[in-house]
Amino acid sequence: MSAVSAKMPRSYVPYVLLAVFVFFAALPAMKPPAFAESFLYLLFFWIALATSWAIFSGFTGYVSFGHGAFYGAGVYTLANLASYWSIWWCLILSGLVAALLGVAVAAVVFRTRLRGELFALLTLALAIVLSTIILNTPIDGGPGVYLLGVNLPSFYGSQASTLYLFGMSIGMLSLFVAWYLQRSKLGRALFAISDDEDVAEILGVPTYACKLIACGISSALAGVAGGIHAVFVSYVTVSGTFNLEVPLFVLLMSVLGGARSWIGPAIGAVFVTVLNNTFVSGDSALLVRIGIGVTLIIATLYLPDGVVGLVQKFGRRNTNPAVDPVHPAQVEQPAAQQRSTTQAMTATGETLVQLENISLAFKGVRALDGVNMEVRKGEILGLVGPNGSGKSTLINVLSGFYKPDTGRIIFGGEDLARRPGHIIAKHGIARTFQIPRPFGRLTVLENVVVAAMFGAGGLPERHARERAMHYLGFVGLDSRASALPSELNLHQRKFLELARALASGAKLVMLDEVLAGLTPSEITSAIAMVRRIHSADTTIVFVEHNMRAVMELTHRLVVINQGKMIAEGDPRAVMQNPAVIAAYLGTADAED
Amino acid sequence: MISATLLGQSLLSGIFSGCFYAMLGLGMTLSWRYLKVINLAHFAFVLIAAYLTYQLVGKSGLHPLVVAVLLIPLFFALGIAQQALIDYYKVNEFASVIVTFGMAIITEAALQWFWSADYLKLESHYLRGSTQIGTLFLPIGEAVMALIAVVMCAAVWAALRYTWLGKALRAGLDNPQIAASFGVPNRQLSYLVAGVSGATAAIGGIFVALLFTLAPSQIFAWLGVVFAAALLGGLGSPIGVLAAGLLLGVSEALTMAVIAPAWAPVVPFTLLMVILLIWPERV
Repeated sequence: MSAVSAKMPRSYVPYVLLAVFVFFAALPAMKPPAFAESFLYLLFFWIALATSWAIFSGFTGYVSFGHGAFYGAGVYTLANLASYWSIWWCLILSGLVAALLGVAVAAVVFRTRLRGELFALLTLALAIVLSTIILNTPIDGGPGVYLLGVNLPSFYGSQASTLYLFGMSIGMLSLFVAWYLQRSKLGRALFAISDDEDVAEILGVPTYACKLIACGISSALAGVAGGIHAVFVSYVTVSGTFNLEVPLFVLLMSVLGGARSWIGPAIGAVFVTVLNNTFVSGDSALLVRIGIGVTLIIATLYLPDGVVGLVQKFGRRNTNPAVDPVHPAQVEQPAAQQRSTTQAMTATGETLVQLENISLAFKGVRALDGVNMEVRKGEILGLVGPNGSGKSTLINVLSGFYKPDTGRIIFGGEDLARRPGHIIAKHGIARTFQIPRPFGRLTVLENVVVAAMFGAGGLPERHARERAMHYLGFVGLDSRASALPSELNLHQRKFLELARALASGAKLVMLDEVLAGLTPSEITSAIAMVRRIHSADTTIVFVEHNMRAVMELTHRLVVINQGKMIAEGDPRAVMQNPAVIAAYLGTADAED
Repeated sequence: MISATLLGQSLLSGIFSGCFYAMLGLGMTLSWRYLKVINLAHFAFVLIAAYLTYQLVGKSGLHPLVVAVLLIPLFFALGIAQQALIDYYKVNEFASVIVTFGMAIITEAALQWFWSADYLKLESHYLRGSTQIGTLFLPIGEAVMALIAVVMCAAVWAALRYTWLGKALRAGLDNPQIAASFGVPNRQLSYLVAGVSGATAAIGGIFVALLFTLAPSQIFAWLGVVFAAALLGGLGSPIGVLAAGLLLGVSEALTMAVIAPAWAPVVPFTLLMVILLIWPERV
């Protein structure tokens, strides 16, 4: 427990960033040579573009080839307005136009769940369409736009220094935003989306809104950088703005440095920009391109998380030398069992969830066919039925994974059928997955923190960490808080699923075959665990094939077959029901 | 209002570009669906084949058919070599975009190294001229290319439809272990697909050399529209990529004729976006 403190460590990063900013802002006073300023300008320009790209694409995993479009929107906004308005307004507008474009695109694109490659293609197409429109309308018109008479404020008495300061500021701002986001609630949501978007939604992360906001922030920063760059180059053309350089370079820089880290893209940007500007003459420029190609391939094959990922890997190895063996909560079992028999929350008979006429068909197959049932407050409801009977589908409908074709799900006086998963989670319904689906690149603790922050509890960060540690202790995983899910065995991953569901603060927890694949002794400890959860004031829907566990645990049983509820009531009585026996063993053939 | 002849002529040219997109898209759609490789290097292969054709036909005076006999097996082998590399490193679908993109950049630089960045045009008498059908001119080169593209798509379709290949490939996609235990040679099949994809790149490259001017940057010229054709047609479908190619080619050509040439790129990509958005499960 002491290994991981529930408090987030204080970070010195903002002070470091501020110090770096002050240093570079003071630099022109030392009268550096002109080329140094323009080189540094380019460095920060690429830092801004790569970092802003990573804020959306790196954090969420949705790779965009359209960053050039958002950047280009900023370039052309400023190029068209610079002779009318002050530079400040123009830059703000550049950011706004780009952000609007980004949010609009995301809003349309993410209305349906889209595979990652398709998103990449769509953004590529967007850049092509946008550039064609700009080329053929008065926004550009073909010959390009000269930026004449841009009224720049003067810092250090020189235009070059002023532009350098602008570029440096947007670079540093992007870094700060990326750092801030990475630690923020939104950042957690984005990382969860990147690892498993469906699970994030079920845990209460409003995935659609998060993607829109992140895309807006990312585009806004790119747009401002584009606006500044328009002034820097002072003559903009469509072919110069919308070529593959921007999307290609930001991808390269981020892959190289580590796209999931706030500092990674900047490291990549420094590396590539220095390389690119060291060899600028003809043949060596060609060599640089070859170098970029080779670097891309090698980085993808050998550095899946970039330079930063490599550093972190070594860091982890050094701070976490040995993984202590795990002793889940079996130790406390006897006590827990006793407590549960005496203190178990008794079913009140009051309805917690009412399902009315729930139907769902997949391409003509009726997975659920007019299911009517209720879950009562405080009970452990067993949900059983043969394979393919619709149990898991029902769980999926209840948690918002699937939208039912017909019917209502009344929970707390509201109909939750067809509501998005995160709304359902907020109302207090949580679930586990039969095959555990942890966020693979978040630590065990972070996995649970996401649930605590976004679930029904909606806790602020600090409390969420405390709660997460509490439930990790509850399931006996507290010693593994800083491990990655891949370091856990199946049993532990199932318990991680439990901890997530519990930490969300749900009133109703649905356990989807938690016992499948466990050894007999693990099953015994899992049964004890379910009892303890129940005694902790939670209603449980328990989907299971293991009849021993069902009979031991449940207060009431619902049997489903072929998408229909065929029996309901006291577990022992239900199992004697001829229809249930027939469903499990088949009916006697009439011709026999 | 534009004349019927102009309309007919642009329709014809749209059909030719459509077939050309299908010729390039065939290998793309096969490797995407059956190998889970989004192969941007396919275009690099096409351009390498085109430059080799330029060299062998234009400089060494070989007949294009001889060049085809040389290049097709060579690129079949190149396709297999690329797939072996991707297999070895277990490159996933997304990483394949970056890795093959890296290959394309290296190829572009290498082509520029050997043949310069200037535009080159293969001067030869092969597939030149045109015949007239009614009021329409039918350029021989384009017509032959279109015919071969259609034959290629039909042949691959027939092979997938009428032999055990299609079933075996789908089974391998669905569950490689189980397919293997039923005797499906997954690895050999994946090499076959990669090889065929490479071979189509060679054929495409020969026609690129015969019909277009060459420049290394051309690697990325058809990327977007061929991607669109592969996706719209449904991944892995040879007939689909042909149909989608034709749809894109004709819509482009009509936009050029009716509105303005400069607007041509808007149509296929808008089409792609609209279809992806209203019908995402299509692809």
